[in-house]
Amino acid sequence: MLILNCPYCGRDKDETELTAGGEAHLKRFGPGSSDQDFEGYLFGRANPKGLHFERWRCAAGCGKWFHAARCTATLEIFGTYKAQTLEPPQVIKDAITAKRPGWSWRNFS
Amino acid sequence: MKRNSVFAVAREAMRQHSGWRRTWANPEPKKFYDVIIIGAGGHGLATAYYLGKNFGITNVAVIEKGWLGGGNTGRNTTIIRSNYLQDPSAAIYEKARSLYEDLSQDLNYNVMFSPRGVMMLAQTQHEIRGYQRTAHANSLQGVKTEFICSARVKELCPIMNIDGPRYPVLGALWQARGGSARHDAVAWGYARACSDMGMHILQKTEVTGISQKDGTVTGVDTSRGQIGCKKLGMVVAGHASVVAEMAGFQLPIESVPLQALVSEPIKPCMDVVVMANTVHGYMSQSDKGEMVIGGGTDAYNAYTQRGSFHHLEETVRALIETFPMVSRLKMLRHWGGIVDVTGDRSPILSKTPLGNTFINCGWGTGGFKAIPGSGWGFAELMAKGESPLTAEFGLDRFRVGRFIDESVAAGVAH
Repeated sequence: MLILNCPYCGRDKDETELTAGGEAHLKRFGPGSSDQDFEGYLFGRANPKGLHFERWRCAAGCGKWFHAARCTATLEIFGTYKAQTLEPPQVIKDAITAKRPGWSWRNFS
Repeated sequence: MKRNSVFAVAREAMRQHSGWRRTWANPEPKKFYDVIIIGAGGHGLATAYYLGKNFGITNVAVIEKGWLGGGNTGRNTTIIRSNYLQDPSAAIYEKARSLYEDLSQDLNYNVMFSPRGVMMLAQTQHEIRGYQRTAHANSLQGVKTEFICSARVKELCPIMNIDGPRYPVLGALWQARGGSARHDAVAWGYARACSDMGMHILQKTEVTGISQKDGTVTGVDTSRGQIGCKKLGMVVAGHASVVAEMAGFQLPIESVPLQALVSEPIKPCMDVVVMANTVHGYMSQSDKGEMVIGGGTDAYNAYTQRGSFHHLEETVRALIETFPMVSRLKMLRHWGGIVDVTGDRSPILSKTPLGNTFINCGWGTGGFKAIPGSGWGFAELMAKGESPLTAEFGLDRFRVGRFIDESVAAGVAH
């Protein structure tokens, strides 16, 4: 049972109060992009065994979308942060580095 | 390999069972094989078996990180059916179901295939229309199914409460030749037959890398050294993305836990398999008497082989309404398997961007029933470069938008 802290309302939420939204930090490719880029945006997923960045929604709370850094092998949560960003904030990166030195995920490390 | 038969049982009974041999060999890896299959689960072993049986390719190694059949093959609810809507799905699942019919004879190993019948309950008007459509499609595809009324459902499965207040049973899609089989025996039977053909099954051998030259695979790095190969097949279910990353490409797959549980053994009370998709639960009774119950998938990626507790609660709650007698049952075991779910919820049997490398994955929540058909088609794809069974299941369908648009591996009952 996951418990995530919503960075908007500041409350700890049980996973039954949240909606999982899949991989975070996807770059959107729309009309005019190549078929390969569009396919990657729609279907290509990192699906790592280990550190993962995800979107979650505080569905039974404030209703806002936020991001979480989580390990898919141990279910450890490294932190949550607001969604209005193109990459994880430094404080989250530092929290991950403290436990997983040398980590990388897509373009981040 | 000595053949199993009633005479063998009698002979061994006379000499205190001293003559049984190991079911498969445990060899040291060779330096080179014509074909390497990563993953000794049902699909991987079936692929190796049909490579040998149908195409005479026996210089094959099946490499397994853990133990044989210890992944999803040992973690599913063993339901076998082929009542799918779309032609490509119906073709491969019906091929698998028909191979299951005489698999015990073919492998000379009792896989305990029990065609006891599978019913998928219609509990809403929408489901009635959907299943009637599927029954019509199946009759065109040569898959024998029928839509039955609620009185017939009650006759086939008397322990069911068809007048449930929230979701009454209005009818069902019935496949009389669907059923179940013994999951371990399927893996063991294929392993025995493969070993008998001289193939190597390398357990406790983890693949750590995939070596390539000029865009073509040359071998794999393993925890027991480097092994070369001409062709490579990846058949690793939940870990498909992890192995694909070693080969340098990405898959349209996300891995999530799917849970199941079994009750204490009770007297025979239910001789069909029942699936209730609206309320997300399915149940059958094993030969030991345990009620085998399957639930839904978790909503988020994980590789933990357990899953969230509230899904169990939802599944059991749903089943208690339809089967009031299970409310007093104690549950003995509960487990999760990591299922690989694709963008269109249909499997992938395909060539890959890496030359001479093939992938069989994406079976999601419905892989066990497909094992023989998947192995049959994937072996043909690996041997000849194409197969009518797998033609529609290529990786390129996500780029061109030619999806197999039914939730064959959806996060609901399968």
